[in-house]
Amino acid sequence: MKPGTKLKSQVCDTEVMVIRCGTGRIECGGAAMAEDKPAEPGTPAEGLAGGALMGKRYVDAAGAFELLCVKPGKGSLAVDGVILSIKDAKPLPASD
Amino acid sequence: MNIALFLEMAAEAAPERIGLVCDGRRWSYGELLAGARGAARSIVEAGCSHVALLDESSEAAIFALFGAALAGVPYCPLNYRLADADLGALLGRIAPALVIGDVARASRLCPGNLNRSRGDFVSTALSAQPLDEAADGEGIAIQLFTSGTTAAPKAAILRHANLVSYILGTVEFACADESDAALVSVPPYHIAGISALLSSIYAQRRIVMLPAFSPEAWLALAEAEAVSNAFVVPTMLSRILDALERDGTPRLPALRAVAYGGGKMPFEVIDKALTRLPQVGFTNAYGLTETSSTIALLGPDDHRVAHGSADPQVRARLASVGRPLPTVELEIRDEDGRVLPAGMPGEIFVRGDQVSGEYREKSALTADGWFPTRDAGYLDAEGYLFLSGRADDVIVRGGENMSPGEIEDVLLTHPAIADACAVGVPSVEWGEAVGVALVLREGHARPDEAELCRLVRERLRSSRVPEVIRFEPALPYNEMGKLLRREVRKLFAA
Repeated sequence: MKPGTKLKSQVCDTEVMVIRCGTGRIECGGAAMAEDKPAEPGTPAEGLAGGALMGKRYVDAAGAFELLCVKPGKGSLAVDGVILSIKDAKPLPASD
Repeated sequence: MNIALFLEMAAEAAPERIGLVCDGRRWSYGELLAGARGAARSIVEAGCSHVALLDESSEAAIFALFGAALAGVPYCPLNYRLADADLGALLGRIAPALVIGDVARASRLCPGNLNRSRGDFVSTALSAQPLDEAADGEGIAIQLFTSGTTAAPKAAILRHANLVSYILGTVEFACADESDAALVSVPPYHIAGISALLSSIYAQRRIVMLPAFSPEAWLALAEAEAVSNAFVVPTMLSRILDALERDGTPRLPALRAVAYGGGKMPFEVIDKALTRLPQVGFTNAYGLTETSSTIALLGPDDHRVAHGSADPQVRARLASVGRPLPTVELEIRDEDGRVLPAGMPGEIFVRGDQVSGEYREKSALTADGWFPTRDAGYLDAEGYLFLSGRADDVIVRGGENMSPGEIEDVLLTHPAIADACAVGVPSVEWGEAVGVALVLREGHARPDEAELCRLVRERLRSSRVPEVIRFEPALPYNEMGKLLRREVRKLFAA
């Protein structure tokens, strides 16, 4: 997987763009994300329906993965079953 | 990665929201994306190697920027103020290009390009079958010719990855209120004019375009559109303040944030701005074309603290360009590449994903990814960056390096001096000596040379004392407020 790849959830509307990527399975709502939408969308697994917010960046604790949510949805983003957290960026004043 | 993502996200999140106001026409994010997709189709069909804009700001700049990105063709806005010979040379360097704007001039200066008027380009974009599959964005998003204040223009290239990294690192998606509006008055061929479009669209801050700057037009548009944010170059701010002064009444109630950059801000201009516009937060943004715009900034709080302080050290910070962004590394190095400690002047090096440092001809990056900016400066003990001119402008007198900025700053403290420029002038004894061109402040008598020399000797050291002093009616600046030192050097050679 290379940066710039767009991945789609198999269980909700969520879409992400990969900004940084290590080794592991990128998931949404408990199911692996893929470059194509499924014919029949499933539902997020129990406890994995925390939602993905538009424009937020999601990262793992080790800093190996970073995903930008480009379409929001119901599923929680995770890598190998570990839920990702929203990247906390210090707001900067508008410079242009 | 592809910068078209930013417009796609804005249109996905709020298709009906107004993203652009230009010449009285309002465009929603949905309409802007449709225009960019139609433009992409016409760019692909044109079979060109570059998309050039030879025109003032308009919706065509947004269609061309994102349309070129979707089509996978570099976007290359050109400086329409260049003389025919210079512009003709640049048009030749990007052929075969699709040139949008001044058809008559483009075809007169360079055959072999496909030229289209703004109206034709926009109406074709709006009626074409949209191209919505983005091209692989590993390539070049933007090619900008540097202003060439020291040499012939270089073709700097910015990749999609550089610009995506810059925007994601500095702007929070959809962080603007629906009432927010950003007044964009820098020309489309300047990196600040491009980053303003990208940042505002990603923040979902309505862009209000002012194609031709005048202080009166800027004030009128800022008020009519209740503008909250603006970016200006120092000369624009100075002229806006003069217009406010003439007017006398309090104005700009909606204005909250003004960022500035593109050239050295005179201390007295920013000092006056802080006094005259107490409700506004000022941000000094320092960056280069080759770094995808801003790499360091001095924020609103720093400005207010410096402005309100009686401590000269703290006040001096108003002349700083602030601290490096958290996403870039910045070092000051000497001529042998050694990293210098705080307080020591040298060349500014930067590294980060937003830094391209790449030209058509070659990359200027070091083996480990650092970009030598050719800007000279130093960091103070608190990590604030101070600029002292271009590294190429350093005056070497008898083996001693001196930055023109420190000499100019001292001369500018004299009440009779309105503007100053120090350059190296040929010297038989020293190789180079200091020459200064000065502008007298109106209503003041010309100070004698001995007095000026004494001022420099007392504040700096004797090697900095000017050998030649000239008085000029004005110093030469380009339209972005950049001092043209090579022109000043010519005055001494004449």
